Amino acid sequence: MIEIKNLSKTFTLHNQGGVVIPVMDAAELSVARGECVALTGASGAGKSTLMRMIYGNYLAAAGSIVVDGVDVVTAEPREILALRREVLGYVSQFLRVVPRVPTLDVVAEPLLAVGVETEVARDRARDLLARLNIPERLWSLSPTSFSGGEQQRVNIARGFAHTYPAMLLDEPTASLDAANRETVLSLIEEAKARGAAIVGIFHDEAARERVCDREIDVAVFTPGVAA
Amino acid sequence: MTPLLKVENISKFYGHRIGCKDVNFDLYPGEVMGIVGESGSGKSTLLNCLAGHLDPDTGEVLFEMRDGAMRDTVTMSEPERRMLSRTDWAFVHQHARDGLRMNVSAGGNVGERLMAVGARHYGNIREEAVDWLGRVEISETRVDDRPTQFSGGMQQRLQIARNLVTGPRLVFMDEPTGGLDVSVQARLLDLLRGLVREMGLSAIIVTHDLAVVRLLADRLMVMKDSHVVETGLTDQVLDDPQHAYTQLLVSSVLQV
Ligand SMILES: Nc1ncnc2c1ncn2[C@@H]1O[C@H](COP(=O)(O)OP(=O)(O)OP(=O)(O)O)[C@@H](O)[C@H]1O
Ligand SMILES: Nc1ncnc2c1ncn2[C@@H]1O[C@H](COP(=O)(O)OP(=O)(O)OP(=O)(O)O)[C@@H](O)[C@H]1O
Ligand SMILES: [Mg+2]
Ligand SMILES: [Mg+2]
Repeated sequence: MIEIKNLSKTFTLHNQGGVVIPVMDAAELSVARGECVALTGASGAGKSTLMRMIYGNYLAAAGSIVVDGVDVVTAEPREILALRREVLGYVSQFLRVVPRVPTLDVVAEPLLAVGVETEVARDRARDLLARLNIPERLWSLSPTSFSGGEQQRVNIARGFAHTYPAMLLDEPTASLDAANRETVLSLIEEAKARGAAIVGIFHDEAARERVCDREIDVAVFTPGVAA
Repeated sequence: MTPLLKVENISKFYGHRIGCKDVNFDLYPGEVMGIVGESGSGKSTLLNCLAGHLDPDTGEVLFEMRDGAMRDTVTMSEPERRMLSRTDWAFVHQHARDGLRMNVSAGGNVGERLMAVGARHYGNIREEAVDWLGRVEISETRVDDRPTQFSGGMQQRLQIARNLVTGPRLVFMDEPTGGLDVSVQARLLDLLRGLVREMGLSAIIVTHDLAVVRLLADRLMVMKDSHVVETGLTDQVLDDPQHAYTQLLVSSVLQV
């Protein structure tokens, strides 16, 4: 489902003397349907960078990232947007909220975007918000005013609303209480069971052991470190 | 899918001064493209060349007509271009007074556009005008008021209603939220976002506000000194800018 070959990444800081920072070289990764792969490595090793490149949020310097047949490295913006809408979900660490949109609609939106009927989408959104213990009285409010933890749970509900065939999860269980953490882990297990290919970053070791099938230490892709 | 708009090698000179130079891009149906860049970088010049308000010195602006044919709007006759700007294009100006008739009622401002494309039945026109005022959150009780009696945000919403009532396929916007305070901006953006999605519009939106493009635009084009220096998926350009100028632009804003 996700096939990465010979991927490299550099950052050129033009306004800091043009310094070039190579962060990744010859990265390879293959994730099959129903499989969850954990990215590991020290802080700054490039876990988030790799994940952002898969999502098309960071530009690769060279190599290919094929997700469901689309090479994200060379795809046009509209092809990447279509891939994100239909195939590739991403639960980032922070919810980026659109002003004024009620929580229920924030969560239902990915379903509406793929043509699911409004009431069906809202039912699914209600179900997810309830599972993630967001009090019903908040559903009609914009999440802008919510606490950090509440926003994160809304973000997770939104990320799991559509049954994406491929998913990227950046620290989905960070700073959740035990009950909510359990819910997120079950959501991940359900996604795997229906065949989703998942790439995750988990600092929570127990969570990683429970849901991930393999670990990839991204440090092996750090230039100058790998053999 | 075929592009709605194909822009090829557009340049515009003001005497020795360059307005914009060698601009190329394709816009597909339903796509929203943002244009950002510093003051004087050529954004408005480009937009006006695309919308037929300025005559470019080089290049073609190919637009897909309703019959599917691609026509160069630069070389088509003035009456044909004027017809397109009434039916298929909309232009939302930064200053509402440039896009509205200030001495005509709100309902009249919207109805006038319908009449320009052939609507004649007074009752239907008024009904549609009221419906559109509602969609941009202007109460029916204000339908007979003039834009001069409206706040800046309301004027801008009225301008949007006036422009979208005829069901255009391509919307040009030059700083549509400029000069409005932040909460009014947010409301206007949310409205625009909804309308663009609902109507499947394609749009080109010029702004200096990166938060606006993050919210509205699928793609981004960055201009500096009359040239396009970077293009790409909006979040990619903002989060991993490649050009020195884009890096400066992004780093000089706190958080978008
Ligand atoms: N937009 C950017 N511009 C410049 N450098 C960047 C950018 N994003 C990441 N980097 C650099 O790339 C390297 C990898 O960072 P990344 O965020 O991928 O690490 P990480 O493994 O996710 O770390 P952590 O566990 O702390 O989240 C770091 O040196 C970082 O400074
Ligand atoms: N009518 C004109 N006559 C002469 N020069 C002009 C004219 N209009 C624009 N220019 C010049 O063309 C260049 C591009 O101007 P333009 O208005 O397109 O910039 P802009 O990017 O829209 O700037 P802003 O963000 O300030 O609106 C500038 O150098 C400007 O001085
Ligand atoms: Mg990280
Ligand atoms: Mg301008």
